[in-house]
Amino acid sequence: MTPTTETELAEAIAAANGPLRIRGGGTRDIGAPVDGAPLTTAGLTGVTLYEPGALTLVVQAGTPLDEVEALLAAEGQRLAFEPGDMRALLGTEGTPTIGGVIATNASGPRRIQAGAARDFCLGVRFVDGQGQVLKNGGRVMKNVTGYDLVKLMTGSWGTLGVMTEVSLKVLAIPETEATLVCADESAETAVASMAAALGSPFDVTGAAMMNGQTMIRVEGLEQSVAYRAKALQDGVLQGFDIVEGAASARMWADLRDLTPFAGKEGAVWRISVKPSDGPALVRELGALSPEAIFDWGGGLVWLRVADEEDAGAQMIRNDLSHMGGHATLVRASAATRAAVPVFHPEPAPLAALSRGLRAKFDPRGILNPGLMGA
Amino acid sequence: MQMPTPNAAILARKDQIVKRLQSVLPEGAVVHDPFETRAYECDALTAYKCPPLCAVLPASTAEVSAVMRICHEEGVPVVPRGAGTSLAGGALPTADSVILGVARLNDVLETDFANRIIRVQSGRTNLSVTGAVEEEGFFYAPDPSSQLACAIAGNIAMNSGGAHCLKYGVTTNNLMGVTMVMADGEVVEIGGAHLDAGGLDLLGLICGSEGQLGIVTEATLRILAKPEGARPVLVGFDSNEVAGHCVSDIIKSGILPVAIEFMDRPCIRATEAFAGAGYPDCEALLIIEVEGSEAEIDDQLSRIVEIAKRHNPVELRESTSAEESAKIWLGRKSAFGAMGQINDYMCLDGTIPVSELPLVLRRIGEMSKEYGLDVGNVFHAGDGNMHPLILFDANKPGDLEKCEAFGADILKLCVEVGGCLTGEHGVGVEKRDLMVSQYNQSDLEIQLAVKDVFDPDWLMNPAKVFPLSTTETRRAS
Repeated sequence: MTPTTETELAEAIAAANGPLRIRGGGTRDIGAPVDGAPLTTAGLTGVTLYEPGALTLVVQAGTPLDEVEALLAAEGQRLAFEPGDMRALLGTEGTPTIGGVIATNASGPRRIQAGAARDFCLGVRFVDGQGQVLKNGGRVMKNVTGYDLVKLMTGSWGTLGVMTEVSLKVLAIPETEATLVCADESAETAVASMAAALGSPFDVTGAAMMNGQTMIRVEGLEQSVAYRAKALQDGVLQGFDIVEGAASARMWADLRDLTPFAGKEGAVWRISVKPSDGPALVRELGALSPEAIFDWGGGLVWLRVADEEDAGAQMIRNDLSHMGGHATLVRASAATRAAVPVFHPEPAPLAALSRGLRAKFDPRGILNPGLMGA
Repeated sequence: MQMPTPNAAILARKDQIVKRLQSVLPEGAVVHDPFETRAYECDALTAYKCPPLCAVLPASTAEVSAVMRICHEEGVPVVPRGAGTSLAGGALPTADSVILGVARLNDVLETDFANRIIRVQSGRTNLSVTGAVEEEGFFYAPDPSSQLACAIAGNIAMNSGGAHCLKYGVTTNNLMGVTMVMADGEVVEIGGAHLDAGGLDLLGLICGSEGQLGIVTEATLRILAKPEGARPVLVGFDSNEVAGHCVSDIIKSGILPVAIEFMDRPCIRATEAFAGAGYPDCEALLIIEVEGSEAEIDDQLSRIVEIAKRHNPVELRESTSAEESAKIWLGRKSAFGAMGQINDYMCLDGTIPVSELPLVLRRIGEMSKEYGLDVGNVFHAGDGNMHPLILFDANKPGDLEKCEAFGADILKLCVEVGGCLTGEHGVGVEKRDLMVSQYNQSDLEIQLAVKDVFDPDWLMNPAKVFPLSTTETRRAS
């Protein structure tokens, strides 16, 4: 089903007599496989409102992400949370939609400085599991009127409701950017360099280690970027080289889309930890012979391991139970994803709350049932 | 303003309930003398008062849990209280409720500069969080104007903002984890030193839930490196409309100031008379502050000045020193005090799309004449969060009611033009009955259903946020 209006979508859900497999463009095929009738929001397209002077965009959920980005770029603006394109990594086809970005809370390297998709989503309209059209939030940047269901819907992977329209805060594209790079640091030293840069007053907007290279990004007005890059180079990042403009942008696009893992086989984990724990975690998982990419100052670890047995799930989650954090199996064979909880199992009291919420939003349990786990 | 009739059975069992609470708390942590409970009869919305059954002041998560377990067993409503600075009546008790104050939960539990976090007990004041990290060059970004007094617990409950959230976001964008005691006393941990949730974003749901879903006892907060410096520019205009366009043009230009503050003529005049900051006598005034090194500040301010000049300002004053900066901020920071010297006032908190600023200010001016009450506007223009201050005389019969009706009309106007009832203060009791103007019945029902999941017996701050008629059956059951 590809409804083209919110009303049609609501009617389709109300009339459904079994599970539905909810998709935007179907490019972020993550989660336990869902056996259900396909329902996509790709037919709900169009911009409802765009006010560059108020930094706000209201858009239908099925609108292609590249259309949204082109519209914003024409006004010198962008989605600051830097959502990635997962097609190459996951081997999916189709067109990423803005609704899919919000439903999965897809956030890239700038998350550490600007925030995640959840921090830029101002309002949602959605259809719940009974076919009711609901709204929460609005289109203004500060809004504490009632409960914040916008955050709850962001990253709920279509399990609480099907989003039809989202309001977003957008930001200006900076004049320029520069990246400080260093090729020969260990993961521990790299994360220490990242911490020093993020702890400086120079407004770092990216801190990562990819292909053995430490990368620290600054963005903004030209003079300011030059000043801050130099200040970092003279200060906490001595020995780093400066890469500017388009060359810098390419590095971060590769990181955002996980290009280094795209052409390689194996399961891929996305692990969120306390930044200083990142290198230690990878070391402890040595038995899995992992390949690691560190983002978010060390706090986001992308881990490529062999897609065998449980793809390291037990070992990884056992370590995290001591450290704190969570691990999502973003890429693995259907068999592995059916056998291993793709999303990090929640502690019992939180799992009970999540179950309770799903029972309220989707009492019949038909929206992407089981995708995020029990 | 109506509150639910207190439950007579609970009032009759006061001694027994107090005794049970005393049995799990240290001496002096249960305030039950009718003379002393009056200290908890209201928060900063002083128009409404009611002493609670008693107040408890636990000093640990375990003590909070013990209190919640007893209240749950006894069926007693619990009203959480941070520092009592809510302007929305979020901590207003009912006679049959227990006030749970977090004032004794004020320790710093951990500072971790390499990971840029601080973990605190939730009764700690907002400003003292920054105080605990500033020697190392860090700060906690959300800065509500009550930050000297207000507690992190209340900031989380109301998702508080501040003047600098245009750049740094509000509480929810800076909160990474909580330890929370549920309505039945169970202790849960959500989030922590890592970013974003693995499952549903329960942390995002809890922030701003006005103490209705649980009691936050500990919080992990994001801290940021302090910028090298900050300086404002002051620009005066002869019309609100032009000032509004100037704000929009600055934002469109790609510069992101940390703050854009707006004052209108009534407010400018009042603050001049009170503080003598040397503001020009004009229709509208903007204070725009940017951060960075000296050279970066100069660069940004010169771009802002260039944009402002296109709008024919009547005054343009670029700060070149700390002294001049302080003088520019002096009037803005004393605006509430200045208005308070003229008369009693009510401070509203609606948010509007920035583009609707001229229309909304014009309509407020017209309504001010219709109601015969003066109003001054001072607000965060960058994000459209307005703070109209309506002046009234609390001793004049009927004036408070007139003021409330005027306020309600302004907030409905905010919703009409695409905004919302409250940007950073919360709904509390103050805006409870206006919720129907922003949300229809189904939109409200799904929020009530969320509370059902966290607090099935509806004992946590039950008479707030939603119109009483919509929650009546749930509260009674």
